[in-house]
Amino acid sequence: MLFLAAFACAAVAQEPKRPSPLKPGPEFQSPDVRALQADDFANPGMLWVARGGELWRAPGANGKRCADCHGADAASMKGVAARHPRHDPSLGRLTDLAGRIEACRSRHQGSPDLARESPEALALEAFVAHQSRGLPVAVSTDGPAREAYERGRSLYVARVGQLNLACTHCHDERWGRTLLAEPISQGHPTGWPAYRLEWQSLGSLHRRLRACFFGVRARQPAAGSEELLALELYLADRARGLAVEAPGVRR
Amino acid sequence: MALARLQVSPSVRAGEAVEVRLLVQHPMETGFRRESDGRAVPMNVVNSLVCRLGAVEVLRAEFGSGVSANPYLSFWIVPPASGELVVEWVDDAGVKGRVAATIAVT
Ligand code: HEC
Ligand code: HEC
Repeated sequence: MLFLAAFACAAVAQEPKRPSPLKPGPEFQSPDVRALQADDFANPGMLWVARGGELWRAPGANGKRCADCHGADAASMKGVAARHPRHDPSLGRLTDLAGRIEACRSRHQGSPDLARESPEALALEAFVAHQSRGLPVAVSTDGPAREAYERGRSLYVARVGQLNLACTHCHDERWGRTLLAEPISQGHPTGWPAYRLEWQSLGSLHRRLRACFFGVRARQPAAGSEELLALELYLADRARGLAVEAPGVRR
Repeated sequence: MALARLQVSPSVRAGEAVEVRLLVQHPMETGFRRESDGRAVPMNVVNSLVCRLGAVEVLRAEFGSGVSANPYLSFWIVPPASGELVVEWVDDAGVKGRVAATIAVT
């Protein structure tokens, strides 16, 4: 009994051990997958970036284009992905890049809602995220973002699912080892949205996170939910300094 | 939406080989997949693709269900003369796609 109590205490320890040195996702991918990501022509994610560029210049329901307000060359989007998720003052809540783009579509273009994982939403997100490629993640976890950050941290260490594992057990304590045939990375969000060969499509970070919940046979929080946004903020803080590499390619 | 990317060097010296790279956005549905409600997703793949330089056919390909989504092709040609390189394809639903690039032989 005493032993059990001691074990339970260790499991709820607050600050998880962070990976060091920080290694981006591609370092855990096979050389062919890494080469595919590095090749701007063959990287299939670039199809979504190209499509996003078309949507950037296409009029919304009210005739306004993203390009009208943010510039045709999208230079104003440089660094934007690196500071998301963030507490957006105009929305009064924590939002990720996908949520911010959706807010612009409804608020500034009067366009009908896009489903999170729709091809158009992914294309716009990939296009905007691509503008930050190479820039270091630099999120803010202070002020109004603090509460979400702390929630993200506690979700990160909470054991879930039938396998009763937390994110930290795989991505902090077992990175570099393999799970079945798959090398476990440090779990950084920097390559997302990414083209996943298993999906044969580009997919969002939230879809990837839901797959991790599924993997431990836990209830999967909805894409765009406060839980996943909070986790995303915690992940971004852990990845602080690593470069945005969207669109990544993953197995 | 038939989105594709074609990459080829715009100018090449006579007699030299040049690489043509092509990436086509397509789900390449195998016909074996089901929706979450159990309905079968019908097979829909890019079944044939032709590449011509001017009037000369330089590549013809036929695909089945074994090709991954968003197929990527790369091949080499020795362009006999300057001209427009045109790639055209069609899928099982009858949707056609086309991309083109100009090659100058110097
Ligand atoms: C009518 C002008 C307008 C249009 C059209 C518009 N936006 Fe915005 N966008 C804004 C404003 C203003 C903000 C600042 C927040 C606010 O007040 O809503 C913003 C903020 C953003 C941000 C966050 C920038 C940052 O620094 O954090 C992103 C990303 C963005 N927009 C993307 C888009 C995309 C993608 C589209 C097209 C789908 C679009 N916007 C269309 C006006 C516009
Ligand atoms: C049982 C082990 C396991 C657990 C628990 C787990 N993951 Fe994963 N995770 C993986 C594997 C395996 C992959 C795919 C290979 C990789 O990139 O690490 C992955 C991928 C990821 C990625 C993508 C990394 C990249 O570079 O593409 C992120 C982010 C991530 N996980 C976050 C989480 C979060 C957040 C949690 C907790 C909710 C979690 N994971 C729980 C095993 C796990």
